[in-house]
Amino acid sequence: MNLDFSEEQEMLRTTTRDFLTKECPKTLVRELEEDEKGYSPDLWKEMAELGWMGLVLPEEYDGMGMGFMDLIILLEEMGRNILPGPFFCTVILGSLPILEAGSEEQKKELLPKISAGELILTLALTEPSARYDATGVATRAVAQDDGFVINGTKLFVENAHIADYIICVTRTKEGASPEDGITLFLVDAKSPGIRCEVMPTMGADKLCEVVFADVKVPKKNMLGELDKGWPVVQRNMEQAAIAKCAEMIGGAQAALDMTLAYAKERVQYGRPIGSFQVIQHYCANMWISVETGKNILYQAAWKVGEGLPATKEVAVAKGYINEAYKFVSERGVQCHGAIGTTRDHDIGLYYRRAKAAELAFGDTDFQRELVAQQIGL
Amino acid sequence: MHFQFTPNEEAFRKEVRYYLEREIPKRWRELGFGLWEETDESWAITRDWNRKLGEKGWLAVAWPKEYGGQERPVMEQVVFNEEMTYQGAPTGVETMMTIGWVCPTIMIYGTEEQKQEYLRKAAKGEIVFCIGYSEPGAGSDLASLTTRAVADGDDYVINGQKIFTTMAHRADYCWLAARTDPDAPKHQGISMFIVPMNTPGVTVRPLTNILGFHSFNEVFFDDVRIPKENLVGEKNRGWYQLAIALNFERSGVAAPAGAKRMLEELVEYVKETRRNGEVLAKDPLVRHKLADLAVEIEVCRMLCYRIAGMQSKGLIPIHEASMGMLFGSELMRHLTTAGMQILGLHGLLNRGSKWAPLSGAIMRGHLASLSLGVGGGTSEIQRNIIATRGLGLPREPRV
Repeated sequence: MNLDFSEEQEMLRTTTRDFLTKECPKTLVRELEEDEKGYSPDLWKEMAELGWMGLVLPEEYDGMGMGFMDLIILLEEMGRNILPGPFFCTVILGSLPILEAGSEEQKKELLPKISAGELILTLALTEPSARYDATGVATRAVAQDDGFVINGTKLFVENAHIADYIICVTRTKEGASPEDGITLFLVDAKSPGIRCEVMPTMGADKLCEVVFADVKVPKKNMLGELDKGWPVVQRNMEQAAIAKCAEMIGGAQAALDMTLAYAKERVQYGRPIGSFQVIQHYCANMWISVETGKNILYQAAWKVGEGLPATKEVAVAKGYINEAYKFVSERGVQCHGAIGTTRDHDIGLYYRRAKAAELAFGDTDFQRELVAQQIGL
Repeated sequence: MHFQFTPNEEAFRKEVRYYLEREIPKRWRELGFGLWEETDESWAITRDWNRKLGEKGWLAVAWPKEYGGQERPVMEQVVFNEEMTYQGAPTGVETMMTIGWVCPTIMIYGTEEQKQEYLRKAAKGEIVFCIGYSEPGAGSDLASLTTRAVADGDDYVINGQKIFTTMAHRADYCWLAARTDPDAPKHQGISMFIVPMNTPGVTVRPLTNILGFHSFNEVFFDDVRIPKENLVGEKNRGWYQLAIALNFERSGVAAPAGAKRMLEELVEYVKETRRNGEVLAKDPLVRHKLADLAVEIEVCRMLCYRIAGMQSKGLIPIHEASMGMLFGSELMRHLTTAGMQILGLHGLLNRGSKWAPLSGAIMRGHLASLSLGVGGGTSEIQRNIIATRGLGLPREPRV
């Protein structure tokens, strides 16, 4: 057992943190919340130059050929800084399914462009039923001429309004089980019949409603096999859940650091509030949540990266970190007092992100049920 | 990063498991004794068991060979502790105190004579220590202890009282913290002694713990005379040695292993128990509770590995160890609280009733878990340590 990051990984963390601190200050984060696009194309270009979008893609697709654990480090730092934009949906929800299920032609066509920062991708899975399981997929794709025609409504699609391609999860057959008969398509976001609208959300994080009305997709844009797309989605959901955990732990660490700094400097009753045991115990509890969350994250991420079965580990991690991030950010606001409840202070950004992140890729109840099944219930 | 045990560690786990499956005494299994349950019979069984392990070099697997250990790496100790707890091997808190805290401190601060005298015997299961820290007026504020040790010729003469001294009635020696300089600031006048429990002037009086067993004691020292060689480490530096000794207690690698076994038994119970015409395992509230516990157990296990990982590198976990102890003790409270809720009225029953689910183990665990959040530093003291020593928050002004 070796529970330490390598020197190279520590370096990756430092350079990522330094870059984001400089290039993505909280003023920019707030600005982008109000911005129509929700990301900074200049920053996006710089990130591509650093090789971030192709970090885990093989070198033959102009990637850096690094490991999943390295990506976790990057995501932790992004969560710490609340980097807005389409990194998560392009890399985790876009490039990983293509890498896994794409044809050689699709990989050659798309992955180098993703590495270069020339393409934004996203995944359209959830629908008005707001479920992450196969039962929730009602959007239909029907074979017609030399392709398919998609009809249906997708909700909570990250950054669809700026995406070049949408990986659309569709039902192509009423199979014996809900998992049977799911097919994935790479849909050009500019295809006629697509209507996209940004939804007003708590996190101002550009979740979209995407309506597919008779959208034609050529057959060559099918990602993976006909009717057998669910395992691809399922693996991607595990990757996404654990990747989200990394962002969340980074955010929780930032909320803790911010709270500690405040507790050391804010004076009431003639002494720093951090010298009161009540505040000390809140902080101790917050830190325990962050530290234990990291341990459980790294173990699950390592298993996912190694391609080992990790259903239980991922569910444990997401379930735990969901609660940890909410807890840490809520205590963070409380320790800050009134200023914490305003939009003038950064701590509230984390509180809003924590709730949004919990609900992404399976909330705590969802994860609990997975864990229950894994322990034999 | 790498999150798997090595082939060596796995092989050792297999060896330990194989041994335990065959060797754990049948009578011990029948008794089903948990933490803080102590009788003449359980004492006899654990003492025999410790001698048996001692012969194999397994009582103190990580200790140097010259003191009766096997010099196994920390991670193998972790594997060993996990298996011992998970398989329910006979053990008493006196073993943990002797092997886990007192002797490692003697190893650091003791003279060669002291090491030869105590460590070998302890590793063979021949002697056990009780720990004389808490006093009626010195609990969380341990440094205010008033038991005095006064130099007199070749001896020290000890006077005072200790309380909550676990297993003092069984112990061969007391690992005693006493004040040697009453004029120094309170942390700087304490020294550590080894006091044979059969020394004239030592009186042990029982206290009954919340489970109804005699594990705690009061220990009175009336003009107890011990030779100067029984001072361990430097005079008046005892507090700092004691702080190190407390850290041995706080890594807590066995807690999640014990919790895992208990959770598995609960899972089996809910799968075969019907309530209101439905199997309990199908009740969403029950599933929710048990899943939460499974999450907590996994999180605790990883935290313990992290602490062990530090120890593997020769680092001394301080606030990390506090976290481990805190998390482990709260896990046991959460586990047994949820267990009690799931069992309902039946959960109140103890062994001896044919109606008692899991022979009353959850109920007894529920009571036993109380002392986990108190002994060896309360949860509040652990949080103070985490906040001040770990996070660098300013100390509260103290009198």
